[in-house]
Amino acid sequence: MSYESQTPDQTSDRRGFFAAASAIVIGGFLAIVPTAAALAVFLNPLRKRAGEAKFVRVTTLDALPTDGTPREFPVIANRVDAWNRSREPVGAVYLRLPQGADKPDCLSATCPHAGCFVAFDGPSDEFKCPCHNSAFAVDGAIIPPSPSPRPMDSLACKVEGNDVLVKFEDFYTGRSDKVVKQ
Amino acid sequence: MNALVNWLDSRTGIRSLIHEALYERIPGGSRWRYVWGSTLVFAFFTQVITGIVLWMYYSPSTQTAWESVYYIQHETAGGWLLRGVHHFMAQAMVVLLALHLMQVVIDGAYRAPREVNFWLGLILMQIVLGLSLTGYLLPWDQKGYWATRVATNLLSVVPGVGPSLQSLVVGGAEYGHHTLTRFFALHAGVLPGALIFFLVLHVALFRRHGICYRLPPKFADTSFWPDQVLKDAVACLAVLIVVLVMCLRPAEWFSSGGMPPLGPELGAELSAPADPANQYSAARPEWYFLFLFQFLKFFEGGGEYGELMGAVVVPSLVMLLLFLMPILGRWNLGHRFNIGMLMILLGGVLYLTVDAYYEDHQAAWASAEDYEEIKPLVEELGSDEEKIQAHFDGDAGKIEQYRRQREAYQRYRKSQEYLRSVEKAEQEAQRAIDLASAPAGIPTSGAITLLRNDPKTQGPKLFGTHCASCHSYEEVALDAESLPPAVEDATAPNLHGFASRAWLSGLLSEHFTGPLYFGNTAHAEGEMAGFVVDTLSEWKPADVEKVVMALSAEAQLPTQQQADADDAEQIEAGRALIANEENCAMCHKFGDAGDYNLGVAPDLTGYGSRAWLIGMISNPNHQRFYPDTNDRMPAFGERLSPHAIEMIADWLRGEWYEPSGAERADTDTFEADDEASPAEADAAEDSPAAGDADSEPADSEPADSEPADSEPADSEPTGADAEDSESEDSDASS
Repeated sequence: MSYESQTPDQTSDRRGFFAAASAIVIGGFLAIVPTAAALAVFLNPLRKRAGEAKFVRVTTLDALPTDGTPREFPVIANRVDAWNRSREPVGAVYLRLPQGADKPDCLSATCPHAGCFVAFDGPSDEFKCPCHNSAFAVDGAIIPPSPSPRPMDSLACKVEGNDVLVKFEDFYTGRSDKVVKQ
Repeated sequence: MNALVNWLDSRTGIRSLIHEALYERIPGGSRWRYVWGSTLVFAFFTQVITGIVLWMYYSPSTQTAWESVYYIQHETAGGWLLRGVHHFMAQAMVVLLALHLMQVVIDGAYRAPREVNFWLGLILMQIVLGLSLTGYLLPWDQKGYWATRVATNLLSVVPGVGPSLQSLVVGGAEYGHHTLTRFFALHAGVLPGALIFFLVLHVALFRRHGICYRLPPKFADTSFWPDQVLKDAVACLAVLIVVLVMCLRPAEWFSSGGMPPLGPELGAELSAPADPANQYSAARPEWYFLFLFQFLKFFEGGGEYGELMGAVVVPSLVMLLLFLMPILGRWNLGHRFNIGMLMILLGGVLYLTVDAYYEDHQAAWASAEDYEEIKPLVEELGSDEEKIQAHFDGDAGKIEQYRRQREAYQRYRKSQEYLRSVEKAEQEAQRAIDLASAPAGIPTSGAITLLRNDPKTQGPKLFGTHCASCHSYEEVALDAESLPPAVEDATAPNLHGFASRAWLSGLLSEHFTGPLYFGNTAHAEGEMAGFVVDTLSEWKPADVEKVVMALSAEAQLPTQQQADADDAEQIEAGRALIANEENCAMCHKFGDAGDYNLGVAPDLTGYGSRAWLIGMISNPNHQRFYPDTNDRMPAFGERLSPHAIEMIADWLRGEWYEPSGAERADTDTFEADDEASPAEADAAEDSPAAGDADSEPADSEPADSEPADSEPADSEPTGADAEDSESEDSDASS
């Protein structure tokens, strides 16, 4: 069909459609490029995976009470915080040497309910979360009724010579299963 | 001028714009209840103005956030006011939002044709709450850090996408630089941008539909200008006055004895720098989120579904109900239903907020005497069902009563703990500020390192973990009728004021064999005990005093500098007494005197000085101390880093930075349950240097350690953790 044979209405309809389609395509492209670039960087944390935790030395065996009382220790580990790599306190653990045992049990000081710092209450011999009142026995078991969905998180722990080493990991809170944060 | 306005009007139509803005008709006249929207706009623009200038100073990274906020608060002229207005206006906005929502619902302003505008208002409310939440973290202080940890952890319970959502908000798996940069981008960019966008739509629709007035109007119509503008201005002024008064922190006037001078002590609070390894039991959200915090406690035993319900499902349903108000309002009784629902919701929020506040603060209003009866019983029985049944012979009534009393007592104790934590947090905050204000300033590694290297802060923690199971640290007068239980029960000397004149006066007296000093150690039976009791008691008191002064001067304690300088003559005489080989130098080495005594009794040269104390803590079995007569004290050089030992020594000696004019002595007290110090973890990292511990302590010679006569004590404390005593040599007796 030649251009001359088209009626003016048909011409303007087609031209209008072409112009609209072109505007939408170009406009969409204009929006997509910066948005896609922004999204890619925004979503970067989802692509990063924390490496597997390593054992770090926390204290010496003879620094632990032998009567089974838990004692709190900060954990110093290599930490990558964006552009900084440093060795600094990354959290805290409770170590407890059950009577007669030669290896301590290790519990994370982070409450599995919402992530507050659990405190050990000597008089009652219980762990108590200062936020939402979760309570745990010295071995980390939940003392009902507690809002925490799981016991305190135990961490892998080993003794080398007189040194106590802990594999310090952070877990998602608020769920009944123990899943390492990624 | 008129020509210029005419020209501008011909190009922009400004006259009609202004006219439209100012002369909007208000059916029934101006009303006070119409002011809430305007106060919110005023509050928002206050936040924009103050926020932009805060932005000029703020630096979002974990090493600079707290530091830059500290700088705003303490170093810039009027920074405390700027920050205070921003902080308290944010709180005022939340209150104004609630009032605006109430006014809209009570007036039925959500009904047709204003449904969309009502929804826009609810979106604006969410944005304002988001601004509050993100702003709370930005100072990167303990308060904001721990509260935000909880808030962001709750995100992870959202089914399916929770962990990803949390990771996107936090900027990774851990809290750090990217948490701050993201929160700051939200707080200063995304959310204010969204707020302006929705606010424009909100105001545009408001102008389109006009004010929602009650029919029939009782008074004649007026225009927005000037009647309603005046009312709005008065309301905004009232808001500003309240915010300014809040900046002066009137709630603290009673406890601090009046209002402090205008300056950085006022305005918004800044707690200590965020530290993931430092227990912060005072963690609470800002007061307007306390109801959500309290609500989560209602799901005890609910497991992960309980948290999902409390943190996600119920709040979402409540928001959904609010969004449905325009639809529910179409029903005959819908409007009343909506008002009732809102009142129940706000009543619930109010109840939970008051309940949370009361739960935390009840110990401040209760008396310890109320719980004196139940306390020993709870300590004995606890929640052990067998013991409880046996104690009450199975009497169900008594058991039930016991449970109620136990619960009340436990709530009281929890409140006590909270209040203590708040006090401790305030002390740490003040300490961080004192250190940041020191001439040395803040290092590039951030203010957190100031606290981690501060003997005043870390000393009590290290002492609590490593020394307190044997030693006590209590301020006790020598003539006190009774000793605190901590001193009575301690198995090694009380170290409060170690090497000071007062401490040594007690040591060289009958107290030597008491629990304050060596009464509970093997040294109570030693030769030194005999010397103090039999020989020294025969001395002239003035001579004993000279020996005390001279020995104490060896320590060069910062708290005694002036006294040492004033008493130089007596100290010299005291030195002569110590160095006399018929007195102290008979057993002890002191400078050049009694060289042959090295290894027999502790070297008194530089006694109690920093180097002496570091050497003693590192290895009490060293020749200079107790090679053969160490009771139970372990060599901490094998356990702790040199840095940690230095901090214990500095703390015991009262050697730390104090701002000029501040009182130095006894500003810190040791608490038995203090948590461990990061410096201790240093120990774990820095390989313990047993060899170092055995080496001669450096810098051990004080400047004027001229030996003299007289017999000081076998004075060194023999501390060790009780449990350690099993594995340590117990060489007994002095």
